[in-house]
Amino acid sequence: MSVAATASEYQATHTIRGKMGMWWFLASEIMVFGGFLAIYILYRMASGGAWAAHAEHVSATIGTFNTVLLLTSSLTMVKAFEYIDADDREKARNFLLFTVLLGVAFLGVKGFEYSKEIAAGYTPLSGIFWSFYYALTGLHGLHVLAGVILNFSLFMMAARGTLWPKTQGRVEYAGLYWHFVDLIWIFLFPLLYLSY
Amino acid sequence: MSKEEHAGNGHTEDLGFWRKYIFSIDHKTIGKQYLFLSLFMALVGGLMAYYMRWQIAWPETAVPGAGWIPEPTAYDGIIPPEFYNALVTMHGTIMVFFVGMPFLLGAFGNFLIPLMIGADDMAFPRLNMMSFWTIFLGSLVMIASFFFEGGSASAGWTGYAPLSADPIHTGANWGMNLWILGLALEFTSFLMGGVNFLTTTVTMRAPGLSMFRLPLMVWMQITAAVIFMLSVGPLIAGAILLLLDRTIGTGFFIAERGGDPLLWQHLFWFFGHPEVYVVLLPGLGAIMEILPVFSRKPIFGYRTIIWSTIVAGVLSFIVWAHHMFVSGMDPRLVMPFSITTILISVPFAIVIFAFMATLWGGSLTFPTPMLFAIGTILTFIIGGVTGIFNGSAPVDIYIHDTYFVVSHFHYTLFPDVFLGGFAALYFWFPKMFGRMMNETLGKIHFWWTMIAFNVVFIPMFVLGLGGHMRRIYNPLQYDFLKPMQEMNQFITWAAICLLIGQIPFIINFFWSLFKGKKAGDNPWNANTLEWAAPTPVPHGNFATVPSVYHGPYEYSLPGSETDWQPQHLQSGPTTSA
Repeated sequence: MSVAATASEYQATHTIRGKMGMWWFLASEIMVFGGFLAIYILYRMASGGAWAAHAEHVSATIGTFNTVLLLTSSLTMVKAFEYIDADDREKARNFLLFTVLLGVAFLGVKGFEYSKEIAAGYTPLSGIFWSFYYALTGLHGLHVLAGVILNFSLFMMAARGTLWPKTQGRVEYAGLYWHFVDLIWIFLFPLLYLSY
Repeated sequence: MSKEEHAGNGHTEDLGFWRKYIFSIDHKTIGKQYLFLSLFMALVGGLMAYYMRWQIAWPETAVPGAGWIPEPTAYDGIIPPEFYNALVTMHGTIMVFFVGMPFLLGAFGNFLIPLMIGADDMAFPRLNMMSFWTIFLGSLVMIASFFFEGGSASAGWTGYAPLSADPIHTGANWGMNLWILGLALEFTSFLMGGVNFLTTTVTMRAPGLSMFRLPLMVWMQITAAVIFMLSVGPLIAGAILLLLDRTIGTGFFIAERGGDPLLWQHLFWFFGHPEVYVVLLPGLGAIMEILPVFSRKPIFGYRTIIWSTIVAGVLSFIVWAHHMFVSGMDPRLVMPFSITTILISVPFAIVIFAFMATLWGGSLTFPTPMLFAIGTILTFIIGGVTGIFNGSAPVDIYIHDTYFVVSHFHYTLFPDVFLGGFAALYFWFPKMFGRMMNETLGKIHFWWTMIAFNVVFIPMFVLGLGGHMRRIYNPLQYDFLKPMQEMNQFITWAAICLLIGQIPFIINFFWSLFKGKKAGDNPWNANTLEWAAPTPVPHGNFATVPSVYHGPYEYSLPGSETDWQPQHLQSGPTTSA
């Protein structure tokens, strides 16, 4: 290759930095959760079915409800990004808010679920299944919380109008992260709630 | 990003002292911060090695210079077993995570990547600043852990469960928790760094600088970053579980509570082995820059080296269980892991042969960086060859957990981190600080270090083959080790020599920092872009974005008047530095 890249190409590459940074971050996150899930699956297989009795006590209904909440929030996130693209600022702002609210609702339901389990006597110390249950959903919950804070800050910027004209691209990066959090739940839900 | 960051050159004066030197977002300042942190931590780690070696050579006698350590950590300089275990643990942890990585990746990665690719800074300068302050905090946490009741972590640098999973075993409660926290901060720091390295290299290269025109140092840095980011995840998950075991009392790694201690070993080494290459590759990368410059020859097998290291990087993910041949895993797994381990020596042998072929027939000169580069190759070969012994299960079962292993990994990590790191420091010091380092002191430093290092570690192979276990407090408690005690004492004297041999370096470093001969822009007549930037490098690096016309190692081109061809000049250098 001679001097193939022109000055404009050089500039163009700058705009994809944020997205690429997010992708590299997500790649390392995949290894965190991938490792975690691998540990869980190996332990569960090695337990020879002894965990099934524990796993029966998780509430598939609440889990399903939460899955719906989180999947819907991914939809609203996509809509927010779509309206950013179309430069419809009011709708973009509203959909960011919907995403935040759905995320908060997910965390609320999760908190209710925790309190229900603990009241029924299933604490993180009630056997290895429950240790995993709380550790996995807890780590995922922290990621949801981080996403909610991220989306909320974007919503505040959108509400004040400071998101434009320079930083609206961040909605896409936040969207990537949010879908990732959603995807992790798609793995957690069947492994924890449906596989006894 | 705000205006003052990249409005162009000459804006550095606007920034106050704190923004310019402490909370700087300039990749060069951050690189230097990493450098100072790693050199300081190397002194801490070296001091620990001295205490350990004294205890092994003259068990339970007062260590000269250790009288200041308060009770109950030590008693008038006499080191109790608990403190000895803490020293073993923290020496390893500090040297790998708080010296090796910040020295090779933190200091040279940050300083060199933007300069070598012709960029004004990293892709995310603020994230870069955060990465430094995160590891700085991690270092403080690690050092602070010594001052808690029960002392610092003492379960080995590998932190094997169940030793690490329950405070009952080592007596270190908060020390061990802080060890996990300090490592978590270190991991976070280098995850931020890795995102930065990769995004910067992929998106910010100067026009004409294709991936296969990158200096190999950049290739090694980004390969190391990928390996780190993809291997550390499961250990982060494991560290969370370990912390839960320790604090709230879950039993992920505790057998009587339904867990499996062996799992920790898998998670640790799934990261731990790739981690070796994370530290290794940037050190080799420095050698790859230095050899062509002082041979006045193109590097041999540029693309082969890149592919070899990538293959080694991939293989490094499927060798981890060779650390666990005696841990009680399924014997059917032993042979596959032996094979992959021995296989990994192939790509590294290719790299070493490429080094030798680069030297072959070159116009060699031997300033200090070149001496250190050749010293790295010579010692690293011994480390690599002894690795094959460890990788073969039948041999490993005999030498596992002996001084043979200790010597082996010091023969891989010491040449890489210290000899390679010093080579890099002597080589890029003029670009970093605008002054040359002193050659005489540099050569004294090299020969002293090189000889003392080998005198320390060659006898350790012999000890290991004699069955001398590692991590034991007092060898005299074992009758069969008593005949080897004189050798232990000899090694300790040599180790003290090795430490004293760093004094010329320390004098040289600080003297050259303030009084060294002023360096030109390109004191070594090197090709790569960092030498095209003015010295000292201003904020924003290059006055105009350089265009790249050549590969990085076009030395002694036939028909050329000069023996080097800078990457940014269409033909021939116009001025000599």
